[in-house]
Amino acid sequence: MITEIGHYALVLALALAIVQSAAPLWGVWRRDAALMATARPVAAAQFLLVALSFAALTHAYLISDFSLLNVVENSHSAKPLIYKISGVWGNHEGSMLLWVLILALFGALVAVGSRAMPLDLAAAVLSVQAWIGAAFLTFILFTSNPFLRLAQPPIEGRDLNPILQDPGLAIHPPLLYLGYVGLSITFSFAAAALICGRIDASWARFVRPWTLLAWLFLTLGIAMGSYWAYYTLGWGGFWFWDPVENASLMPWLAATALLHTAAVMEKRDALKIWTIFLAILAFSLSLLGTFLVRSGVLTSVHAFANDPARGVFILAILVFFIGGSLALFAWRAGRLRQGGIFAPVSREGALVLNNLLLTTCCATVFVGTLYPLALESVTGEKISVGAPFFNLTFGPLFAPILLVMPLGQMLAWKRGDLLGAAERLTVAVGAGFAAALVLGAIRGGPVLSVVGVAIAAYLIIGSFVEIYGRIAGRGVTLGIALARALGLPRSAWGTALAHAGVGVTLFGLAATGWGVEVVQALKSGDRMDLGPYQIEVREIAKRPGPNFEATVAPIDIRSGGVVIAQINPARRFYPARQMPTTEAGIATLGLGQVYVSLSEQNPDGSLDARLYWKPYVALIWIGALLMAMGGGLSLSDRRLRIGVARRARATAAQPAE
Amino acid sequence: MTRKGRRLTLIASMLVVLGAAAGLVLFAMRDSIVFFYGPTELAEKALSPGARLRIGGLVKDGSVQRGDNKSMTFVITDAKREVRVAYTGQVPDLFREGQGVVAEGVLVGPGEFRADSVLAKHDEKYMPREVADALKKQGVWNEGAPAPSASK
Repeated sequence: MITEIGHYALVLALALAIVQSAAPLWGVWRRDAALMATARPVAAAQFLLVALSFAALTHAYLISDFSLLNVVENSHSAKPLIYKISGVWGNHEGSMLLWVLILALFGALVAVGSRAMPLDLAAAVLSVQAWIGAAFLTFILFTSNPFLRLAQPPIEGRDLNPILQDPGLAIHPPLLYLGYVGLSITFSFAAAALICGRIDASWARFVRPWTLLAWLFLTLGIAMGSYWAYYTLGWGGFWFWDPVENASLMPWLAATALLHTAAVMEKRDALKIWTIFLAILAFSLSLLGTFLVRSGVLTSVHAFANDPARGVFILAILVFFIGGSLALFAWRAGRLRQGGIFAPVSREGALVLNNLLLTTCCATVFVGTLYPLALESVTGEKISVGAPFFNLTFGPLFAPILLVMPLGQMLAWKRGDLLGAAERLTVAVGAGFAAALVLGAIRGGPVLSVVGVAIAAYLIIGSFVEIYGRIAGRGVTLGIALARALGLPRSAWGTALAHAGVGVTLFGLAATGWGVEVVQALKSGDRMDLGPYQIEVREIAKRPGPNFEATVAPIDIRSGGVVIAQINPARRFYPARQMPTTEAGIATLGLGQVYVSLSEQNPDGSLDARLYWKPYVALIWIGALLMAMGGGLSLSDRRLRIGVARRARATAAQPAE
Repeated sequence: MTRKGRRLTLIASMLVVLGAAAGLVLFAMRDSIVFFYGPTELAEKALSPGARLRIGGLVKDGSVQRGDNKSMTFVITDAKREVRVAYTGQVPDLFREGQGVVAEGVLVGPGEFRADSVLAKHDEKYMPREVADALKKQGVWNEGAPAPSASK
């Protein structure tokens, strides 16, 4: 019964979405306030219905209702509770429902938080949001319905793919979707601005918190996904330039550009059309990502069971929204009043350069990801574009962004003083050289690592130079400096923190060059050196788990004879799917990690293993966390608050738990 | 700076960045792209040894021979032609005889391949798409049908 209610709620949500996509827009056209006012309550109701539907599916998973095809295919009665819940979105149908749930959530948040907005803008935004909602609800109901019943329910389900039975599944997809789908709001705002035919600094103030929010979650989602892949796949890598990873990186790059250009628009009332274009681009790339993952046109680690009909449907949605919004853009963008062109050496000039470089980086990722697809459909040749391509193209194009970042922060609006800014950055440059000399002398190693660490130190120090200049000076006591520091707008701290986060991540990436990798067969009692540590295999044993069998190799990690950590790398075998998985043993020691992953057991009982010492590796994700925290800090800034952002944050955080 | 000067600066920097990007992409395309072939295609192409490739197909039943120090040889087949692959290192969890596999490496001679990485499929339902296509081309496997030697 609950299942039927959920199914019915989903159909009702579609009906409401269709109403919401038409009525308010009609109201905008006819300047009819009553019609425009329908948007808010309908958006809220649509969210409640989708939430009800999602709850019904979750309920079916919780009680292991094997009369539902979706539950049979992806659950098992012996599965731990957390995976019963997260398993709801561990499959295609359920994850699409989560996608739509978050879409509806954002719609409802705009509806609730849009009191300060002009009515026609709010109505148009919610209307466009409902177009997206209607398209994806139709997609779910017609090609990916999670509520399909089975005539003869089996006694037991087929279990969730073991690789997905991990806390990462509970966190990564919701965060990533909050980011992906959050960009739909900026898209709707852009489309609404085009429909209403006006755009001004206040529009930018409405959009900026949403962009920040989406960017923040996207950053966390990507970082979490990378860490998950790192510890679960057992290859010791954290970024593979896999098409699906690229699909999340592209909207991130576009959203980062949008974040910066929205600042220009808010402060200087310029770059309007470009901002609109970026907003459309960012969400279009999210949609493209959804298409790439769901259609299976590209081989990747994210293998959902694919169905050509779904691919075609999503392609149709993609073409409709990207084509439609670009057509709208071409038709209406000319009506928007353009801002001026400004001096190249100025804050806004630096931000234009940032945008130019970020979008170019995005374009190279786009080419690398889709070129194989294009080539295959034209010539039938199959190629793979791997890490070397992206390292050669993305790397050199991203490097200037890193170098210019602290400099841009120092430049004043309108007319900056390049020499002055460079002069004040001497400390940061000095720090870079010092880091290079010290770490280069201690660790030696690849030139790229040394250079990377130098740039990272320059970035971290350089990010705070501007703040230092604002709070300290000749004759300023510590007390005054502290008071000034607290008095600075939070967005200034947010910017500094996020930029420093980029430096911290870069540090972690550069330090991979100093890592140690050993591939060896392990036997009970084996001892060996790994980087600065000594390790000893205590035993090799079999241990049963709730729905798997495991072979574990408990390992002691010693430093100077003292055991400082113990890890339990394991290999699991899941009988329900006849599938083995690798559970890497990871010990975080300082900022580095010892990482051991097991593979096959040899006939003599020894276990093949990969052992790594990865110095400073944790910084890669800590940097991403800092970036997101910087975003959060900016979001809490008084000037950006307008009530919308704060409430949005509190509510949006819930489904991620 | 005049308005015209500003515009010129903007356009010039755009051209520089886009030019650099295009140059990098073309350069990288020449060197770091790897073609994928099934065994039959490989035989038809008659490539010279030394070419860097990916070869995909099924691991032939009974062909896996393990040597010392993690060295091994196996045969990739699409039921028509075969390629002998030599590889040293660990193979992925789901590398099995009769299952789909993709090997990346260098062509040593006709039908002889030295792999430096071996990828297998991710779970029992999923067949690497290139492998599925290569097998379909040879009429060995059809969409929807179970893989030729399903594990169950």
